[in-house]
Amino acid sequence: MSPTATLGTAGEPAFEQELAGGVLTAAGDPRRLLAAAAPDLATHQRHYGPLPWMGGPGRLIQLLEDAGLTGRGGAGFPSARKLSAVAAGKRAVVVANGAEGEPLSSKDRMLLTRVPHLVLDGLQLVAEATSAAEAYAYVPDDLCGPISMALAERRGIDRITVQLVAAPDAFISGEETAVVSRVSGGAAIPRDKARMVVTAGVRGRPTLVHNVETLAQLALAARGGAAWFRSVGTPAEPGSFLATFSGAVVRPGVYELGYGVPLGQLLGAAGGPSAPLHAVLIGGYHGSWVPYPAAAQVPVSRAGLQPYGASPGAGVIAALPAAMCGLEQTSKILDYLADQSAGQCGPCLNGLPRLAEEFARLVGVPGRQSARGALQEVRRLAGLVEGRGACHHPDGTVRLARSALQTFASDVEAHRGGSCIARGTRGRS
Amino acid sequence: MTNSALWYTARATGVVSLVLLTIVVALGIASRSGRQFGGLPRFAVAAVHRNASLLAVTMLVIHVTTLLLDVKAKVHLSDVLVPFIGAYRPFWQGLGTFALELLVALIVTSLARNRLPERLWRSIHWLAYACWPVAFAHGLGTGTDSGSGWMRAIAGACAGAVAAAIAWRLAPHFTEHSDVRRPLTRRPPAALGRTR
Amino acid sequence: MSMVSARSGAATGVKLHIDWTVCDGRGLCIELLPELLDRDEWGYPVLRTPRGAAVPRELLGAADEAVAACPKRALKLLKR
Repeated sequence: MSPTATLGTAGEPAFEQELAGGVLTAAGDPRRLLAAAAPDLATHQRHYGPLPWMGGPGRLIQLLEDAGLTGRGGAGFPSARKLSAVAAGKRAVVVANGAEGEPLSSKDRMLLTRVPHLVLDGLQLVAEATSAAEAYAYVPDDLCGPISMALAERRGIDRITVQLVAAPDAFISGEETAVVSRVSGGAAIPRDKARMVVTAGVRGRPTLVHNVETLAQLALAARGGAAWFRSVGTPAEPGSFLATFSGAVVRPGVYELGYGVPLGQLLGAAGGPSAPLHAVLIGGYHGSWVPYPAAAQVPVSRAGLQPYGASPGAGVIAALPAAMCGLEQTSKILDYLADQSAGQCGPCLNGLPRLAEEFARLVGVPGRQSARGALQEVRRLAGLVEGRGACHHPDGTVRLARSALQTFASDVEAHRGGSCIARGTRGRS
Repeated sequence: MTNSALWYTARATGVVSLVLLTIVVALGIASRSGRQFGGLPRFAVAAVHRNASLLAVTMLVIHVTTLLLDVKAKVHLSDVLVPFIGAYRPFWQGLGTFALELLVALIVTSLARNRLPERLWRSIHWLAYACWPVAFAHGLGTGTDSGSGWMRAIAGACAGAVAAAIAWRLAPHFTEHSDVRRPLTRRPPAALGRTR
Repeated sequence: MSMVSARSGAATGVKLHIDWTVCDGRGLCIELLPELLDRDEWGYPVLRTPRGAAVPRELLGAADEAVAACPKRALKLLKR
């Protein structure tokens, strides 16, 4: 099956086709998730049909295996495997993770606002498959009200009561063990991973934490079937995904696309670049800078981006115009990431601010050479903090820093010599 | 053993126990600093702290046993378990019982540390700061030798050592690397709003 | 999959796991396992071999000691 060439825009109902009692977008069209016109239950049922209960774990696990659904929260873990692991346990807990701590991402918020019932359907389905004893929806504070209303509409449909837990507005709030910690009643900070969440999560019980988009995709796949689900995307990476476009694009926002579309074409969904671009940040603040237009033909998928050391992650695509200095932007992000440390692991708490400090010294002050030795210090600190923490916050930060040094190598040389390429194209300021 | 021999053994083991407990407290504080101490590597500081405490318990078992066996001392089993009901200097003797019970709590929780929640072990271990002064007061209050010069010297040295250790504990940069480390926060960071 | 340490000791499949949420960089483990651990500028342990905390057979005893000695109980030996 070839990757889909159609790019949809959010909110426009596509060519429709009766399918399994509901109305789903046609095979091959990636505009699936955001098709419903309004978030209320009646519209949801009219558009997608009733909740397709599957009775027991076997059917859902088989469906997810056939469909090849992977997590849409960034890690891309095969959903069937996660579900099997939790279904094997007793008194399981299921959690819908809508925390979305990544500042460049707004797809989860959009899902929870526009199609909460798809997400909640998905949550009920995984609860059914795992015979869960408890179910939680972990969402930002300001969405607790609307989700609470959506839950109230579902009285009589839901077989397990869903408890709402407010997620703090912080970068690591959506990290899997931070979710588990918060839902268990503690702080939303990561925990040690000696025991896997699927074995011992919330209060020591097998726990299934899924990104809200994964649950929504699951709810659609349960209606449309594996073949329909696979009609978009690549054979290895099937299905649609939500991408949040920001930066120098004509129409920033959330769009639903299939995996495997070349980067240049992908940017077209958001109206294309609004200015000549230097690079594109793929995967958010823990992602990688990919040179543009050099990588315009690279398919946006795990396989396609792998040579660049990048990954679609949670679908964040941020376009950097040539007039903006990639090193300066990276420096700002590194400052933010250092500040967003949960402050419990020594190497992260101490190392990330030092890394950000040295990177800032590398960027330097306009007109002056960057500090001597800063580049070596950045490299040394990156190697020092990598892999040393309870979560992957240090690793993601290091990935960003290293990709900046690689993609903006000529900028690094310029800054070491006291000039800046981006500022040069704007004229001295 | 003659009564006098029991009595002298009781007094001697009492004094030795106090000295050992002083070493335990000083090394416990040194352990907390994370630094090498007295030429000992860090793991040895911790090990000597543990071994000295077990040796102190051994001395105390002899101390209590000889007192129970000594007819003239008038110490009964009930006095070992319940403080302040003794026949001889009940208050000061009771302090000894109290200190012993605190020490038992410290030792038992430390031996069973792998099976206990870390927070429980830690809060009970803080009782060490209560145990030493109570033992010290017991020693001075009941001790037959309190008035003698050598006893005063030993007591003074022990008190001086503990006071110095505590002063060190409260001094700035007590912990190794505290001068270069950021303080732990262990909380979800406040949002800075969305950049870019 | 078992891992062999860079020093070609016998593979055991045992991994030294550090609980970073409680590690206070006290350094006892570094003294007891100098072959596997170094110390960073803030006092925290660093694994010498880049991608692995594999404990070879000859260091299992020392690793057990290090686990027992940690004042914060931050170390564990995990078997694959």
